[in-house]
Amino acid sequence: MSGLIKSSLARKYVMALSGLFLVIFLVLHVTINLASVISPDFFNEASHFMGYNPIVQFAMQPILIIGVIVHFVMGFVLEIQNRNARGVGYIKYQGGANASWVSRNMIISGLVVLAFLGLHFYDFWVHEMAYKYVEANPEDPTRYYAETVEKFAPFWRTVIYVVSFVLLSLHLWHGFASSFQSMGVNNKYTPGIKKFAKAFAVVVPLAFAFIAIYHHLNPITH
Amino acid sequence: MKIYLKIWRQKNANDKGGMVDYTLDGVESDMSFLEMLDVLNEELIAKGEEPVEFDHDCREGICGTCSLMINGRPHGPDSRITVCQLHMRSFDDGDTIVIEPWRAKAFPVIKDLIVDRTAFDRIQQAGGYISVNTSGRPVDANAIPIEKDAADASFNAATCIGCGACVAACKNASAMLFTSAKVSQFALLPQGQVEAADRVMNMVRQMDLEGFGNCTNTGACEVECPKGISLENIARMNREYLAASVKG
Ligand code: HEM
Ligand code: SF4
Ligand code: FES
Repeated sequence: MSGLIKSSLARKYVMALSGLFLVIFLVLHVTINLASVISPDFFNEASHFMGYNPIVQFAMQPILIIGVIVHFVMGFVLEIQNRNARGVGYIKYQGGANASWVSRNMIISGLVVLAFLGLHFYDFWVHEMAYKYVEANPEDPTRYYAETVEKFAPFWRTVIYVVSFVLLSLHLWHGFASSFQSMGVNNKYTPGIKKFAKAFAVVVPLAFAFIAIYHHLNPITH
Repeated sequence: MKIYLKIWRQKNANDKGGMVDYTLDGVESDMSFLEMLDVLNEELIAKGEEPVEFDHDCREGICGTCSLMINGRPHGPDSRITVCQLHMRSFDDGDTIVIEPWRAKAFPVIKDLIVDRTAFDRIQQAGGYISVNTSGRPVDANAIPIEKDAADASFNAATCIGCGACVAACKNASAMLFTSAKVSQFALLPQGQVEAADRVMNMVRQMDLEGFGNCTNTGACEVECPKGISLENIARMNREYLAASVKG
């Protein structure tokens, strides 16, 4: 690890690979969430499987958590080193003249996503852990849909989720394609990769936001 | 034209420095930016004041010595040129122009607008060369066939004049564009293969040792580079470094 911290390029590889890993995770996550709109039964089944399958619980989940931690810790390390590299700042600096706002403020979009992850973990993960391991409740494969919909009853939580998805979109707008460049991929496919990455950056967060708003507007009324 | 200048003045490396205001009358639109500063300096000398120190040499856009942050952009508002190629016609009568030195921890200010760019020399010395026998009968360079695309890309990378605008522009003061250009110009040619792995490892290590920042792929360097060095070079350096690290 100390070798990684020492080389600027190795730090970039870590950032890019952990970022890409999180992108892949988002695909899985959004797919299951969409089920909560299309087919509550399938959503319950999938959630139950994810919640009780030992490979998911004890291999994939820890890997995901480590991936998130590696990504944002490395993000902080890079941010601190990059700030120090300037030394004395400019009196006048036109950052916007040669680079996009999103690319220059990955730490801001990242921090908002991180804060969101805190709330999101509290909302779902902490609740799950308490349900399963602390209160030691019996398995109930039908509870997930109702629990999820109920979460989005408060207006404030729906708003926080939607705003966070906008920031996630900005993060991916630059980050997704950037990770290819970091890994040394810049060739005839790059224009295509950039288009795909930007489409992804819009469509996936939009889907997440749609799901949150949908559940907020369609509460369970029995 | 009448121009209002705000210029960074700093006596030496230890001085704190600060901005000083000057008003310059009679500036012609066909003056180069450096000529405008020459006029200012003549006025200052006539008044018995210290002239503003700034770097310059060829004044024809090929040496990379001139280096000014003008209104928050390296080499000023125009693209693909150095400061010596910038003309006052790019400004209007009554404009205020802020002039600062390149800012990077690895480029400490020597005096006023002059910074120490020997960090670039040390990166170059760490691996920016090829070893060839130089007897009285050198092998004809053209004897080695080189694919046209590779030759062109290598040549494009080699047009980097080491000005440091990439570092100055980058929000992270990263030297990746410069270093990658110097890695690429050899990596693309058969003559560069022998030392390829050591070259990229050593040059990146030196770049890090000098205290330049990391790359966030914002692309600011590419936009501000007077020679149009492309981000493809950074990707190539990243590939070369990855390959060299895996080989060990
Ligand atoms: C689902 C969540 C996230 C995803 C999918 C994601 C994805 C990415 C990707 C693909 C990159 C580009 C890497 C590269 O340029 O090589 C990136 C960069 C970055 N991420 Fe994230 N990220 C997420 C969360 C976070 C969080 C929570 C932080 C917390 C601070 C963060 C901070 C950063 C920073 C600072 C960068 C830019 C690093 C640099 O190149 O200087 N990200 N992210
Ligand atoms: S890459 Fe461009 S901006 Fe950077 S030193 Fe070379 S010529 Fe100057
Ligand atoms: S003085 Fe040589 S490039 Fe400007």
